[in-house]
Amino acid sequence: MMLGKTAGGLFWMCRYLERSANNARLIEAGSRMAMTRADASDAEWISVLSTANALDGYNERHDEINRTHAIDYMLRDRTNPSSVMSVVDAARNNARMVRVALTREVWEAVNDTWMRLKEALARQVSEKDLPNVLELIRQQSAQVRGALHGTMLRNDIFNFCRIGTFLERADNVARILDVKYYVLLPSVSMVGSSIDNFQWETILRSAAAERSFAWLNKESGPRAISEFLILDQRLPRSLAFCYINLARNLANLEAEYGETKPCQAICANILQRLTTTDIDAIMEEGLHEFLTRLINDNNGLGTQIEEDYRFAY
Amino acid sequence: MPFDEMFGHGEHPRQPYQTYSDWFQSENSRSLRKKAKEAERAFRRTGITFNVYGREEANERLIPFDIVPHILSNREWQKLSEGIEQRVLALNAFLHDIYHRQEILKAGRIPREMISQNAAFEPKMIGVDPPGGIYTHIVGTDIVRTGEDEFYVLEDNARTPSGVSYMLENRETMFEMFPDLFIRHKVCPVSTYPKRLRRSLAACAPSACTDKPVVAVLTPGIHNSAYFEHSFLADEMGAELVEGHDLRVVNGRVAMRTTQGYMPVDVLYRRVDDAYLDPLNFNPDSVLGVPGIMDIYRAGGITIANAPGTGIADDKAIYSYMPDIVEFYTGEKAKLPNVPTWRCSDPDSLAYVLDNLEDLVVKEVHGSGGYGMLVGPAASRKEVAAFRAKLQAKPDGYIAQPTLALSTVPIFTNQGLAPRHVDLRPFVLVSPNGVDITPGGLTRVALKKGSLVVNSSQGGGTKDTWVLES
Repeated sequence: MMLGKTAGGLFWMCRYLERSANNARLIEAGSRMAMTRADASDAEWISVLSTANALDGYNERHDEINRTHAIDYMLRDRTNPSSVMSVVDAARNNARMVRVALTREVWEAVNDTWMRLKEALARQVSEKDLPNVLELIRQQSAQVRGALHGTMLRNDIFNFCRIGTFLERADNVARILDVKYYVLLPSVSMVGSSIDNFQWETILRSAAAERSFAWLNKESGPRAISEFLILDQRLPRSLAFCYINLARNLANLEAEYGETKPCQAICANILQRLTTTDIDAIMEEGLHEFLTRLINDNNGLGTQIEEDYRFAY
Repeated sequence: MPFDEMFGHGEHPRQPYQTYSDWFQSENSRSLRKKAKEAERAFRRTGITFNVYGREEANERLIPFDIVPHILSNREWQKLSEGIEQRVLALNAFLHDIYHRQEILKAGRIPREMISQNAAFEPKMIGVDPPGGIYTHIVGTDIVRTGEDEFYVLEDNARTPSGVSYMLENRETMFEMFPDLFIRHKVCPVSTYPKRLRRSLAACAPSACTDKPVVAVLTPGIHNSAYFEHSFLADEMGAELVEGHDLRVVNGRVAMRTTQGYMPVDVLYRRVDDAYLDPLNFNPDSVLGVPGIMDIYRAGGITIANAPGTGIADDKAIYSYMPDIVEFYTGEKAKLPNVPTWRCSDPDSLAYVLDNLEDLVVKEVHGSGGYGMLVGPAASRKEVAAFRAKLQAKPDGYIAQPTLALSTVPIFTNQGLAPRHVDLRPFVLVSPNGVDITPGGLTRVALKKGSLVVNSSQGGGTKDTWVLES
């Protein structure tokens, strides 16, 4: 037996934690990109802010786009609901709400994350400290993940956590690809120039997939990287991987509760799209169209899950 | 000099502190200081924090923890627990009586207007029979001491007493920091409290409950100052932690919204005040409560712990009648005395209080948490004058008590041991099976030298409380 509110709290706690690590990686990738390509640094921060869905909010706060403001807005600005500090706050509030469903280890890992980041982000982060702070965010996120995997019962509680994680990750990966695709659009034909290769590698870096891509020994480029991030079922951040797991976690809930829910049909439909196609077909449809549809349907799935398991009223 | 619980009035430790004192002498004070710092880190990590009322930001503050335990001998504890049991039984009998036949008023032992004019009296409870006949399922009786054998009841917290999570976590912290102390001492365990609480609550299940009772804790939410305790107790009891919007009336029962639909709750341990419990029956603006819960309660569909309307029993004006109340319902003299109390509603008492403000403690009848009170000897002339005006404007809103020479227990400071004033709140469970008092409690300690205010909202700290097994 689990309260609907608790299911919602677990789901959002994990979404927010996933978002904090994703944002840290976006900042890191953006920061490297801007360093190697001084002329395009503004464009780089625009793409980071759009990926995090934070560009409009940023423009309300700042007149010009620059590195210092962008990093600060993404890391610490509390008026930005997606800043690392805001989402870690929100994750901890959800963890407090669902504390009775968490092991002591998980609660303490989340609380520890909040305490450390609150301290690290109390003041503007200098260039010198930025790598350490980003590292800290990544480590804390690994600590929470370790506690979740190492101590939680594999029951509905765990499944709601995983569902939140994979929905957020799918959204994040789809956005990274979509935004970069737009940025790179004029130059897609110029495949092969060193700058473009660097751009595409930034995508891999944002998805923590640069090493694993290198192991594939494939020619870098939009097609290969898109294929990797969308369809490769071995990569834990690919869309296909996210959806295989979402379907599995929803099936676990079905088995535990003895009830099939409407959200499962939506999930199955998206999963089919990701497992019965290849990259040529996706490029044919248009990568942007494919990703936009996926982002929308991913949102729709979230709403349906919320309704099916009575997160609120 | 006030009575010190470790050293009495002399230099040598009293018997219950003998072993501890020997141990303390043999410890290195630098390593103790390090331990004290570790304790603070441990509390922050587990998230035992406390939001102070009236601060803008949800400011999470730790209640300072002192490493020197408050120790009671088994004999002292027996004496205390007998007195508390007698008092709590009398409180329940009193509550049943004033919401039914009102014999105590008919007998003239308490003036009628003390009840009828009292904001804490709840007319909606008249004639209601709470499941198991229990009104105060959980009581926190505040005890103060002035000498070797002199204990007083300072307050009967009979609404929703808080602090029990500190009793449990303080002990855990002591176990972690000083395991060797527990080899030298036989200390009565407190960790059984959550199980006892659950058993006690389950024993009060309503008639509508046909299976194993479902228990839930009702909290105002994560921004409440005691939220940590609410989630801690739910967790330790294996109960659900619910907010008002998780509950609604379904088919004549109060039910909680689960991932699989609505499921009835049998016993609700609510940590929400009466006024917010039911917007249909009490404060219509409340978003913390459950519309219609009072109707289900009256029909025997749910147990509410503590029962609505129990506030009348820990009202500070009623407090002054407690010796009469105990005698009226138990036929015995009160085993634990009250602190002498002047009711300012009485003109002679008021005159005395106004003449002696500098020496008295004056409290609001409905106040709590150490707010709105005057500690005469510690107040400035200006504060006394301002309070005098308030008192004259509304005498029946206040009571006054002498400033007792409260006992002290040493705290650990950078300069070594230093005596500070303490009080003690044991936690009492009441069910049809009897009264169950966990040996121990929450010891609150004033951290400022000479201060008599121990409330955590006013800068007080806590100590672990030991009842020795022999």
